[in-house]
Amino acid sequence: MAEHIERLRFAEWEGGISPFAVGSKKLGMWLFIVSDSLTFSGLLVGYSYVRIASERWPMPFELWPTIVMATLMTFCLLSSSLTMALAVRASSLGDRSRTVRFILLTMLGGILFILLHAKEWAGLIAEGVRMWENPWGVPLFGASFFTLTGLHMLHVASGVIYLGVIALGVSRGRFTHEDVEISGLYWHFVDLVWMFIFPLVYLLSVKMP
Amino acid sequence: MTQAVATHEAPKSFIRRYIFSTDHKVIGLQYLFLAMAAVTIGIVLSIYMRLRLAWPTERWPLLAKLFPQAMAGGTISPEFYLSLVTMHGTIMVFFVLTTAPLGGFGNYFLPIQVGAHDMAFPVLNMLSFWVTLAGFLVLLAAFFVSGGAPISGWTAYAPLSAVGEIAGPGLGMGQNLWIVSIALFCIASLLGALNFITTTLNLRTKGMSMTRLPLTVWAWFTTAVLALLAFPVLLAGGILLLLDRVAGTSFFVPAGLIVSDKILPHKGGSPLLWQHLFWFFGHPEVYIAILPGMGITSHVLSTFARKPIFGYRAMVAAIFAIGLLGFLVWGHHMFVSGMSPYSAIAFSLLTLSIGVPSAIKTFNWLATLYKAQIRFTVPMLFALGFVSIFVTGGLSGIILGQTSLDIPMHDTYFVVAHFHLIMGVAAIFGIFAGTYYWFPKMFGRMMNDALGKLHFWLTFIGIYAIFIPMHILGIAGHPRRYAETAGFDFLAPLQPIHVFITIAALVTAAAQVLFFFNFFWSIWKGRRAEINPWRATTLEWTIPSPPPHDNFGPQAPVVHHGPYEYSVPGAAEDYILQTAPPTAMKS
Ligand code: HEM
Ligand SMILES: [Cu+2]
Repeated sequence: MAEHIERLRFAEWEGGISPFAVGSKKLGMWLFIVSDSLTFSGLLVGYSYVRIASERWPMPFELWPTIVMATLMTFCLLSSSLTMALAVRASSLGDRSRTVRFILLTMLGGILFILLHAKEWAGLIAEGVRMWENPWGVPLFGASFFTLTGLHMLHVASGVIYLGVIALGVSRGRFTHEDVEISGLYWHFVDLVWMFIFPLVYLLSVKMP
Repeated sequence: MTQAVATHEAPKSFIRRYIFSTDHKVIGLQYLFLAMAAVTIGIVLSIYMRLRLAWPTERWPLLAKLFPQAMAGGTISPEFYLSLVTMHGTIMVFFVLTTAPLGGFGNYFLPIQVGAHDMAFPVLNMLSFWVTLAGFLVLLAAFFVSGGAPISGWTAYAPLSAVGEIAGPGLGMGQNLWIVSIALFCIASLLGALNFITTTLNLRTKGMSMTRLPLTVWAWFTTAVLALLAFPVLLAGGILLLLDRVAGTSFFVPAGLIVSDKILPHKGGSPLLWQHLFWFFGHPEVYIAILPGMGITSHVLSTFARKPIFGYRAMVAAIFAIGLLGFLVWGHHMFVSGMSPYSAIAFSLLTLSIGVPSAIKTFNWLATLYKAQIRFTVPMLFALGFVSIFVTGGLSGIILGQTSLDIPMHDTYFVVAHFHLIMGVAAIFGIFAGTYYWFPKMFGRMMNDALGKLHFWLTFIGIYAIFIPMHILGIAGHPRRYAETAGFDFLAPLQPIHVFITIAALVTAAAQVLFFFNFFWSIWKGRRAEINPWRATTLEWTIPSPPPHDNFGPQAPVVHHGPYEYSVPGAAEDYILQTAPPTAMKS
């Protein structure tokens, strides 16, 4: 037994095939995700830090419209994750046209999210929320809100473009299943980031009666 | 069942081959030459600072030619001194100590040492160099914009760095450029790290199991992991700092701050937040600078001691332990920031515990040398120098890691001495060891031995002459980042030490000319090198010097041996190449 383990430990890997059974491109995306999530963590920790350090952090969000709209946005993103998963499945079955259709649906979810988000930003700006001031006191409220959601929106927008490229490539038969899967990883990651922003930025700032 | 690998031809056009190249070897050399340019500028800046410190009232009309505006009248103002401090530190930490060992040698030799034909993502690799270069140029541009280079140091502490021009020269456009440059560097490092990690995990050749990786590869790999995890946090901090400056936010600026008799409009941020974000990056960064040097030292010591490295697995474990602990100790830079003494104790204990893996590495190096028939080649001298300097610098770290001792010592020359020895000089010695060791492989010629030895001894003695006295300055309470040495009675008796250090620095800087001369002269005129002049074991010594475009040709190498099989009893020679046919012995 011990000898067997010893042999396994020193067993020579045959070379050529990735020993950890994950393709280089996919591994690259995972590593990017790790790194990017640390950028978001840095920002979220910074936000939490200034929030705790402030005496009275504003809690201006009404259930209607802000929270309802933000929930709707969350719904858009979550459904787009579902359609993305379906796209990956379709591509694993080799069904190109279904893959493209599901990716397009995913992009639609992303675009809806951005539109709703833009509308919300416009509303807040109309109320007088700026990077340096807002009607409810603590100026960092607006600063951190716009910074966090802005950077996230940038990620969603790049994701929509990225998926567009993938959809185009798949429809022309240029991309493999792995490429679709990798773009899916990115998309799910962007969703996941939102699942931190939504509670920390929105739900924690709901107006208390 | 070896796999044939699709060979790729070298591109024909000059531009694709040497400028926008995707060949990891060309990119590695580009990084090395960038670091050489950067280190030259960095040294010149440090000479300016040293002259000002030694002879504070002297005029330097000749030196003023380089900075006609900032040095109008031929003197270095305290403000310009701080600009020099900032640019010197930033250039050295980012564009030399991070660029050369990882971007340079890592790029050139990691793929070869694992038996790959290139990095996993050659195009990203090329991008990462060009983004780094852009960052460097943006940084240098800070000298030429109105207000000049920033005065907030390589750590860019807020609120000084956050409030803009009102707080001093260079804090306008210059500081913006600094932030953009660092952000670019963060992105380039991410691209590099993706490549290093993926290549190490996925592109190893047949037989190259993780336990047969040379320690250099382990060091680059761990360094890349640190870079992957540390730089994004600096990026986040950089984004917030830039917003504070250009978008009117106040993440890092407290309410009611008065600068130059004006109350600033900023409200409610925390300068401490910057320190946390910066040092969460900053401490791992110091290990990013030195880990590759540790890898090179282990590699070179084993080669020239003609002995297997002592405790290979312990060495790998120690590299990992240092990397992991490196993320948990950033608070030791903030002991005097008003942090709770309880957190300070935690940070202090974690900091001191880094001494354990550091000591493991040191004792393993010594054990490798024990009873060895050492060949004192130039790379070996620099590797031995690395060990010496690492120990000297580490000892002052143990002192600074204790809160009660750090409180009087913080922000004095003692800290300057500590980090220059351990981060600056030790890493530079790693770079020198790597250069002298791999030069024959990179250029197909040997560097001159006598010049190299002279360079080593002058540098080794010079370095100690510069930095040992700085400990004394620090213990005497001399503040760092401080130009006005003539202004205070308690500093006056220390002035001769400053003069001594400056003279030592001038001599040591001059000695570097020997290195540059030797380097460029040998590229064209050096003695031709054989494939394996050091009689070493790893894969780079099995291929021609310089290696062809696709490293190994159509057939990937097959590895049968561990990386450090020197003086194996019963073997025909005192080294066994990793690709030598398998023997009965276990590796
Ligand atoms: C046992 C090992 C070490 C310990 C206990 C240690 C401890 C410390 C402490 C406590 C400080 C803060 C001093 C102060 O600002 O008051 C410090 C500063 C510093 N250390 Fe270390 N250190 C160690 C190893 C290293 C290594 C290996 C490097 C680099 C390769 C390094 C680079 C630096 C740098 C760059 C600074 C100063 C940064 C600045 O303020 O500009 N240290 N060290
Ligand atoms: Cu540190």
